[in-house]
Amino acid sequence: MHLDDLYRQVIMDHYQHPRNQGELPDGIRVDLKNPSCGDEISLRLKVENGVVSDVRFEGTGCSISMASASMMTEAIKGQPVETALQLNRLFRAMMKGEDVDTDALGDLEALHGVSKFPARIKCATLAWQALEKGVQPNRE
Amino acid sequence: MNALEIRKDFPILNQLINGHPLVYLDSAASSQKPRQVIEALRHYYETNHSNVHRGVHTLGSRATEAYELAREKVARFIHAPSPEQVIFTRGTTESLNMVAYGYARAFLKPGDEIVLTPAEHHSNLVPWQQAAKATGATLKYIPLQADGTIRLEDVRATVSANTKIVAMAHVSNVLGTIHPIREIADVAHAVGAIMVVDGAQSVPHLPVDVQALDCDFLAFSGHKMLGPTGIGVLYGKRKWLDAMEPTYFGGEMIDVVELYDSTWKDTPWKFEGGTPIIAGAIGLAAAVDYLTDIGMEAVRDHDHRLAEYAFQQLKEIDGVTIYGPEDGRQRGGLVTFNVLNVHAHDVSTVLDAEGVAIRAGHHCAQPLMRILNVSSTARASFYLYNTESDIDKLAAAVRTAKEFFQHALG
Repeated sequence: MHLDDLYRQVIMDHYQHPRNQGELPDGIRVDLKNPSCGDEISLRLKVENGVVSDVRFEGTGCSISMASASMMTEAIKGQPVETALQLNRLFRAMMKGEDVDTDALGDLEALHGVSKFPARIKCATLAWQALEKGVQPNRE
Repeated sequence: MNALEIRKDFPILNQLINGHPLVYLDSAASSQKPRQVIEALRHYYETNHSNVHRGVHTLGSRATEAYELAREKVARFIHAPSPEQVIFTRGTTESLNMVAYGYARAFLKPGDEIVLTPAEHHSNLVPWQQAAKATGATLKYIPLQADGTIRLEDVRATVSANTKIVAMAHVSNVLGTIHPIREIADVAHAVGAIMVVDGAQSVPHLPVDVQALDCDFLAFSGHKMLGPTGIGVLYGKRKWLDAMEPTYFGGEMIDVVELYDSTWKDTPWKFEGGTPIIAGAIGLAAAVDYLTDIGMEAVRDHDHRLAEYAFQQLKEIDGVTIYGPEDGRQRGGLVTFNVLNVHAHDVSTVLDAEGVAIRAGHHCAQPLMRILNVSSTARASFYLYNTESDIDKLAAAVRTAKEFFQHALG
């Protein structure tokens, strides 16, 4: 295992310069915590006519959790909710080490290396978990 | 004490992790096991296993004898006045919950106080929160100094005539602070309160004498002191144990069972409902034998020396912040730190790539993390099988982590 496979340049860039940070006063708000390590994310979503019209986040955590959140917001902003959820399924499949259509994932593919670091997978999926809760509040 | 000789007893240490020799610096989370403990478990299961305290066959007698001998060895190890004051549990968490249920919930009234420190492990905090909610008692906290120590005058100022329980870790699992338990117990006893000690980080690393500490209860875990997982101990003063009702009811703990009422066995067996953790107790006894052979003074001095050395090595690295007391005499065998601009998880991942295993996270002490104003920290903890060379590798790996992220972040 190589650290460079995990900490790709695009990940470090998002960690250092997170996109879509901040509040969204009239959006849906989901606060999630990774109880085992203390990482926190507060995700804000605006859904209009079935489309994620705006998304922001705030949080504290490791490079993987914060970069993953930043990259997720870029990937889903302006996308139909269905597309966002499809990305969520693809992303999670990639985390499990399954072969997935990397073209569909775009930049998110950079997080592929996380799948080889089992202890870090929950860092990468924290933001996606928040997304699921936000757009499917009544699931289960 | 020769750590290099001791290492030969720990087969797990002899392996490569990610291409590097394993440097195990996470014993505060769980220690590794010597052959002698593994062999004791194997021997028990291969030759003596049966249920205990019932049946008249030979194996039943052998298992009972081994189980009760384990109780005697543990009692001697902590200088308990009698083996009957040693209750086998699943671990520190269960032991502390037994006191919170059997003592706090049974005897506390509205207006009574439970005094803690904000540095407690969740297992010595949440059970008291729940007991306070159930009884109307209130929680009070002794303030921490910036270096994680507490002052006796603050203990005296926090404890009042309403205080019924003072509960505290002997050694902090995050800051390594060694608290002066005897002095604090004296303050508690002066107002008629009991002293409950979380010994999870002290019994494995220091000579612990419950009579010298004058604590009313002491809780600890086997797996942090070379023993198996799933076995722990609650020591208590006899008068409290005799006054407490059992936590669990059922087989093994009863005296006479009628259709509408029952009576219990004596202490400690009334607290060990169901088939007890027989193999775990026997494994723990083997661990106690191992530690006794080496001598707890020697273990303490060794851990202490390594912690001092690690403190010095890490302090020299620019951008490393170390938490806890600077004075080595107040510090147990661990060092908790952060690297500037690098999250503890990322530090841990880079260290793991170099074969160095440390803990990263909030260490089950969220209130303390808030006081330190960090979301997580990295912790290296030491035990009798660690050497100065392990710490050199730790320091080198921390430098690597720092440089890797400096480079990656541009």
